[in-house]
Amino acid sequence: MIRWLVAAILLLFGRGKPEPPPTPGLPPRPTHPRAELLALALLALVPGAVVVFAVVYFTSANTQLLGLTLGGAFAFAAAAAALAANRILPQDTHVEERPELDHPVEQAEVEELVAEAGEGVTRKRLLVLAAGGAGSALAGALVLPALSCGPDATKILSESPWRRGRRLVDEHGEPIAAHAIELGGTITGFAEGADKERMASSVVVVHVRPDELDLPPERTGWAPEGFAAYSKICTHAGCAVSEFRYPLYDPTSPKPALVCPCHYSTFDVSTGGHRIFGPAGRALPQLPLEIDGEGHLVAAGDFSGRVGPSWWGVRKS
Amino acid sequence: MRVVAAAVCTLVLAGSAAAAGDPQHGKQLFQTGCASCHGLDARGIRGRGPDLHGAGAAAADFYLRTGRMPLDSPRSEPQRSEPAYPSDQIDDLVAYIGSLGGPAVPTVDPAQGSVSDGQRLFAANCAQCHQIVGRGGAMPGASIPTLLHATPTQIAEAVRIGPYVMPRFGPDQISDGDLASIARYVEYAKHPRDEGGWGMFDIGPVPEGMATWFVGALALVLLIRVLGKRAGE
Repeated sequence: MIRWLVAAILLLFGRGKPEPPPTPGLPPRPTHPRAELLALALLALVPGAVVVFAVVYFTSANTQLLGLTLGGAFAFAAAAAALAANRILPQDTHVEERPELDHPVEQAEVEELVAEAGEGVTRKRLLVLAAGGAGSALAGALVLPALSCGPDATKILSESPWRRGRRLVDEHGEPIAAHAIELGGTITGFAEGADKERMASSVVVVHVRPDELDLPPERTGWAPEGFAAYSKICTHAGCAVSEFRYPLYDPTSPKPALVCPCHYSTFDVSTGGHRIFGPAGRALPQLPLEIDGEGHLVAAGDFSGRVGPSWWGVRKS
Repeated sequence: MRVVAAAVCTLVLAGSAAAAGDPQHGKQLFQTGCASCHGLDARGIRGRGPDLHGAGAAAADFYLRTGRMPLDSPRSEPQRSEPAYPSDQIDDLVAYIGSLGGPAVPTVDPAQGSVSDGQRLFAANCAQCHQIVGRGGAMPGASIPTLLHATPTQIAEAVRIGPYVMPRFGPDQISDGDLASIARYVEYAKHPRDEGGWGMFDIGPVPEGMATWFVGALALVLLIRVLGKRAGE
């Protein structure tokens, strides 16, 4: 502590002392008293900004003010350093000569040696070809185990947990009672007992008027009492198809549809999930439903098509 | 005892609010202002406007107090605007539509709800269209309104009736308690706390990214140019 005090006093009152006599033989160094004063002032501002930072931290903790004060402290320090480097420290340019790195004589000898080496070989091309083949085979052997890196995505993504009789549960794992979803309502369902993260597990259930439905003939009875379930994964890029529009008065409003919020692919819920707008290339797969004796929604089979985004041409239908 | 007194007060208040409207006067207003689409007897006109029997006071209160009705043309999308009728006339109209049957204006008390529950419920059921802090957006065929101006009662009404193309949620799916939490969260989300800095109108990551690219990146490029010029001297 006392040492610090002494140092501070020396700094404050030590100025103005006579400079030591210049070394003979060297030109006298120019001094920069104004630049030094400015750098000192800038350095003095740094603790000032830090004190304000601390005060803000303990009083309001406003993140903007905290950033401003701490950033200001750094800016003052940087300005002082830049000033010292440019104006106070001596500025001289020295160029050091580098030795030559080339060895032209040795290089020529090596080249000559290499050229001579090939002359004694009769079947040069065949040897090069064989060496190339051996190298390729080795590289192939090294790459082959990469096939076991990671599971077969296409197979896993094609697996569906839905079977006839599997119940639909909500996000808390409770079975979904059909009567809880009002006409024009929607709910997200999952396959009971299956991992919710699995692509084919999640469905979006909508409740429309039975007379609004115009499902293909082979899907008769797939939407009992107007409850229809579709895969929640968009067939375009795999986003969650989470928006449901259902008109309160259909003659003057857009028709019922499921909409993906990512790129606005729009699927007609009345006709079995056909795309009516947006970039999706194929219909949203439909899950056949039943209502069990307790009034819960139950799957009546598997999806009408493959679930998930279409890519690499694997999922065209 | 206090609870009972409060309940009685609420009942009396609710009763007085309902009694404030005069259904007879409401019917007159209806026949002048609404009948061209909904019919003189409120049975609806096919292709123009729906039958309002069973729509209830909730729907009438929502559509009239948010200025969504009357519409300029039957096919235009109902959008929030200044109410076309003064408040006492809306009371009369609501009383008339309410007398035709249907759900009453729901009562919702945001103070009874929890912000965190409300956020969870809002994220699960509302945010996909209305955006996580309720600033709205668009979908094919409809614009999605911001909730900045929606009152807790209007939020409850919208959840229960599903106006225009919004889905409808009954009490078995979203309970009255959940609804109070949602209303409380929407009230909070009108002025969310922006601890990280300026919220940029809370309209999502796109404007934030634009600011990064067009303000931040531009400033960096200019700085680099200045430095490069200096170095060249």
